[in-house]
Amino acid sequence: MTDTEILVGTHMPLTGPAAAGYSKIAPATRAYFEHVNAAGGVYGRKISYKIMDDTYNPATTQQVVRELVLQDKVFAILNGLGTPTHTGVLDFLKTNRVPDLFVASGSRSWNQPEKYPGTFGFNPDYTVEGKILASYVQREQKGQKVCFLGQDDDFGRDSLAGIEKILGPVAAKQTYVTSNPNVGPQMGALKQAGCQVVMLATIPGFTALSIGTAAKIGFKPKFVVSNVGADYDTLAKQLGAAAPLLDGLVAANYLPASNDANDPWITLFKQINTKYNGNAAFDNNIVYGMSVAVLFVEALKATGKDLTRESLIAAVERGGFKGPSIAPLRFSKTDHSGYAGEQLSKVTGTTQAYFGDAYSTDDGDGPVKAYTPTVVPPAALPTQK
Amino acid sequence: MTAVRERVPTRAGEVVRGRGRLWILAAAPLILALTYILPPFRTYQLATVGAYLCVTAGLTVLTGLNGQLSLGHGALMATGAYTLALSQNALAGRGQWTLAVSAAAAVVVSTAVGAVVGLAAARLRGPYLAGLTLAVAVVVPSITSTFDGTFNSDQGLSVALDPPPGYIPVERWQAWLCWAGALITLLLLANLIRGRFGRNLRAVRDDEAAARLAGISVARTQVMAFVVSAACAGLGGALFAVLAQSVSPGAFPLALSLFLLMAVVIGGLGSLAGALWGALLLVALPALANSVTDRFNAPRLEGNLPLAVFGVVLVIVMLAAPGGIASLTRRVRNETHPDRASRSRFSRRLFRQRRQ
Repeated sequence: MTDTEILVGTHMPLTGPAAAGYSKIAPATRAYFEHVNAAGGVYGRKISYKIMDDTYNPATTQQVVRELVLQDKVFAILNGLGTPTHTGVLDFLKTNRVPDLFVASGSRSWNQPEKYPGTFGFNPDYTVEGKILASYVQREQKGQKVCFLGQDDDFGRDSLAGIEKILGPVAAKQTYVTSNPNVGPQMGALKQAGCQVVMLATIPGFTALSIGTAAKIGFKPKFVVSNVGADYDTLAKQLGAAAPLLDGLVAANYLPASNDANDPWITLFKQINTKYNGNAAFDNNIVYGMSVAVLFVEALKATGKDLTRESLIAAVERGGFKGPSIAPLRFSKTDHSGYAGEQLSKVTGTTQAYFGDAYSTDDGDGPVKAYTPTVVPPAALPTQK
Repeated sequence: MTAVRERVPTRAGEVVRGRGRLWILAAAPLILALTYILPPFRTYQLATVGAYLCVTAGLTVLTGLNGQLSLGHGALMATGAYTLALSQNALAGRGQWTLAVSAAAAVVVSTAVGAVVGLAAARLRGPYLAGLTLAVAVVVPSITSTFDGTFNSDQGLSVALDPPPGYIPVERWQAWLCWAGALITLLLLANLIRGRFGRNLRAVRDDEAAARLAGISVARTQVMAFVVSAACAGLGGALFAVLAQSVSPGAFPLALSLFLLMAVVIGGLGSLAGALWGALLLVALPALANSVTDRFNAPRLEGNLPLAVFGVVLVIVMLAAPGGIASLTRRVRNETHPDRASRSRFSRRLFRQRRQ
């Protein structure tokens, strides 16, 4: 970090089992930074974003994050992606006192201010999301047999914990690992158990695989999917000709929908995407990547001219950030978790759209409460100092 | 490591190897100095070389001196790494001695696993042996997800480590640990392959029937070679767990086992100097590939480029110096030795797949 530049790094799956969809996030974040840099940066500092491919392999994440911190001497790690991957570098980042901002995952591990004072989440945590999705199932699919397929790590476990807080024990549960791209046995077992609703805590590649595999064995339950594995465009691309299987898919999200032409943030993001991101196919991954960048720029702005690692963390803890999300952020000294709510979405035909209220809750036994989302338009965009 | 008793050299070349052990001792102060000179990231890479060296040294004894091909050393490393992780997570917080206990446990457990694999391997030859060891390498992720309660599936385990004593930076401490392990391994191996055991290894490699006629138990020698090699791999794996402060099946993929084998062949099969070259390459080539992809801004290549680079280097080295990089330095010293010649013949044979 100098007076004219801030170097920030990230680890992302650009190749490998989680690359579908996710590989578009970091380039979108970088595109937004270029937009900000073109307007003079933040307090005269331009933001450089170094993206490292960890192939969603926790061992590779170890290596690339060490390289970013020890060799490239990045000022902070931003939006490192993945529960299993990022969990392994928490201690290393803490030892080196590197701010670890807005992790691209909803694991509850990011919210441990005492143990990891520099780590902050971004996504709503998977338990919060599990509770919101499960309360939808409780309202709309009363009395049906609800089952669960999740990633065999904290992602799946946190999600299931939230679901079971609302619904009680699920009828059947299965797990998968990303290193084995076959969910045949799992979907077979869920079919055997007579599941009518299958709740998925899966990354996009495995959401598509699960839905496709189920259809192949003549199993057509209702799918209710975690936000991290539910982007319609990503799934449709994965499924190809089988994309109509996505009709009726229920999920949740907390960022503006990429197909919402009326949202001012989407308008802005599309312009930036055209100008700085090589006009990549515009989907929710790009919205996600740019929303991360918006929040980071807000945090830099809030820190002020005297930017140090400590002052940045203090500024994030002061909180009060506004951005494109329909959900509130509640960063404080005692809360490092990400967005605190979600709104449900549904695929009708080929269109994924929000419906109903937005909901917020905690990861304990608190109730799932409806609220009316308010979005702050990007007029107050802090691109100039 | 002071009880290095000199044996009467039986052949001219053995004297050279005796000198090699002096080099190993001389390396210690050099490494120590390097950990003070190098910046933290280079020190971390130096530590990684040390950890790899434990494995490549063991593998080169198995493949180069005994002629047994192993595509499963990554799995033996995983055995050591998981043992260390489980042991550390149970013991840590009581002081640095726990690390020594955990590392010892890692060596013991991987030795036991190596003995089981070795017993089966001693009955197999050529492609069947390769197939068996390949299966061992492939089974690691399945084991971790089947027993996810213990091994936590793909996410793996984090390793509880006590902070380095005093104000020693983490990377320097890691380099010391890894190189202590590597140098001890090298000393023990150098000692071992100089004596009767080493001659048995070579005799079995060169001609099993002749070895049997000379009164050597072929199966026993082969199992022992596997056990020694597994112990080294287990120690290397344990050191990797210390370096990464975590273990996961993704750290020990099939590609790692293949890289290890390629590294010892490129370095020079059957020589400990070759193992050092191999360990250096294992760290340097991916880093090189990384900087190349950086320059051309082609991050998607990154996962695949090291493999391609390794392949190209392997082809070039096999064409230019079939005895590996270590044979080049020997050629410079203008030494010829029948044993080395047979070693390079062997490596050529191995990669033309003409072994029976």
